[in-house]
Amino acid sequence: MATALVTKQKRIKKSSLAKRNLQKLLNNKLAVLGLFIVVTMILLCIAAPLLTPYDPGKISLFERDSAPGGEHIFGTDKLGRDVFARILYGGRISILIGLSGALGGMILGVVIGSLCGFFGGILDAIFVKVAELVSIVPQLLLVLILSTIIGPGVPNLIYVFIFTGWVATFRLVRGRFFSLREESFVEACRAFGIGSLSIAFKHILPNCLGPVAVQLTLNTAGFILQEAALSFLGLGVPTGVPTWGNIMNAAKEIITITESPWLWIPTGVAIALFVLGVNFFGDGLRDVLDPSQL
Amino acid sequence: MNNQNEARDVLLDLKNIKKYYPIQAGIFRKTVGHVKAVDDVSLYVKKGETLGLVGESGCGKTTLGKCIVRLHRPTSGELRYKFGNKYRNLLSLNKKESLDARKKIQMVFQDPYSSLNPVKNIFTAFDEPLKIHGWSNADERKDRIAELLESVNLRADYMYRYPNEFSGGQRQRICIARAMCVNPELIVCDEPVSALDVSIQAQVLNLMKDLQKELGLTYVFIAHDLSVVEYMSDRIAVMYLGKVVELASAKRLYYHFEHPYTEALLSAIPIPKIGGEKRQRIVLEGDVPSPANPPAGCRFHTRCHKSMDICKTQAPTFRPLKNDPDHMVACHLADTADA
Repeated sequence: MATALVTKQKRIKKSSLAKRNLQKLLNNKLAVLGLFIVVTMILLCIAAPLLTPYDPGKISLFERDSAPGGEHIFGTDKLGRDVFARILYGGRISILIGLSGALGGMILGVVIGSLCGFFGGILDAIFVKVAELVSIVPQLLLVLILSTIIGPGVPNLIYVFIFTGWVATFRLVRGRFFSLREESFVEACRAFGIGSLSIAFKHILPNCLGPVAVQLTLNTAGFILQEAALSFLGLGVPTGVPTWGNIMNAAKEIITITESPWLWIPTGVAIALFVLGVNFFGDGLRDVLDPSQL
Repeated sequence: MNNQNEARDVLLDLKNIKKYYPIQAGIFRKTVGHVKAVDDVSLYVKKGETLGLVGESGCGKTTLGKCIVRLHRPTSGELRYKFGNKYRNLLSLNKKESLDARKKIQMVFQDPYSSLNPVKNIFTAFDEPLKIHGWSNADERKDRIAELLESVNLRADYMYRYPNEFSGGQRQRICIARAMCVNPELIVCDEPVSALDVSIQAQVLNLMKDLQKELGLTYVFIAHDLSVVEYMSDRIAVMYLGKVVELASAKRLYYHFEHPYTEALLSAIPIPKIGGEKRQRIVLEGDVPSPANPPAGCRFHTRCHKSMDICKTQAPTFRPLKNDPDHMVACHLADTADA
């Protein structure tokens, strides 16, 4: 009997979830395009030393403000630094800040949200108040305060984004948990004697990951934009470090905007493209991760 | 008492089970009262039988079922379960014994659409409980899952499918198979067919009956559909407002009911017969009173068509009938042994 069943199972074809999900993702043209843009841009940034011979920080006063073409594809800025090199090297930092800020916020939000949503009680009451506290302070003000306390810099900016970014994921996960923990499948797990933490993280949490993944991509895009905005205002990364925001920072004056468009158009396009790509991909991801949609 | 249980071959003995939910009010969350969802219920379930639990919505039958599976902890009372040849109180077991007892008592839930985790395939849904309950060999677990699916008339290769790929009836069969995966002795079925089509209901009910015969299962069958309960049960307990008002064998209850509430419930079953027997239809007036503030005396007196003065002041005890000690009823009108 047992052996018959085993041999029978060899014939049972396992329709792998990963394979099916990949197919679903590939069917979504917009998501594929988004993924393609994101991956290409990340690869370009990583391969920066191979693509450009210039050092992004090297000042060359003889080549100040030269228009695109010739040796410098995107021209040079006011200090004679190669704009193309700066965009590539700047992308490394910008993407790093956006991704790690969003990832950190997601992990924090998911863990706290799951625990609060599952167990409720005092723990939940405390964190709901903390989340409210974080979200009522204007983010710009919060960044100002935090950068005064811990000083500007790349890691500090990431901390700031984690500190402000977990709230959205926390609310999302907590809300989903509140509705899911009443479902019968949770009671079925209990009836089998499966432990609470296992129920929370292995059974309920996977049901929330679709929206969380979308939140992650939205946050990544949002944080890259915020980094650009903060650096543009001079509040983010120190001006010596090239980031997309710092490059845009050079285009503060009206004369630059009208006379040297190569200083801001390529950077602006890079930011817009990357953010758009991330958003497209996130949208597709949500559809893929929801098993009730075929 | 134990000897009596032994003689009746009792598997589970409920003793004075109470489940009260506190009502809290004010800023200091002071308890101002209790919702008495299950109020002092004593029942026993014999090995291999089906005990039907019927009653209106909100009468506490699901709460009682969940207390038996220990999803809710009763406020007081005892759940004595027969392990081997010894009766143990399920509420005072240590951690390991408690896990072991969970293997013996399982539950099938009302809503097949929410009883299966939408992001886990059938294999994973069965695999984890098996792992917890000592099936360490992965191949054996897979065999077991294939066997279980086939026992509920589903193909073994369905195990890699996701819940959304199944219909309601198939899902409920999967839920039954899942409850059976740890070889339970007692399954509490909480309205297992009320969410299904009538044609599918019969299919699931017959499957449950077949499984019971084959594996010697004991069921506690909760339902509000009287014809379904009559079809499934050996004995039926009628609940009203947290209390059991009448308990008798299924055959007897339908013709020799004693309690006016049972009479009213039975008169509501439609008779599929043209020009058939005329039966007096008893319509209950009003709503079920709040279980937070049940009426004094007999809880049913506010809606009872045979209500007397004594009903308003004195609650009838739950006693066996004079001519049939297995038929128990809580009513002043009944001809009970020590009335």
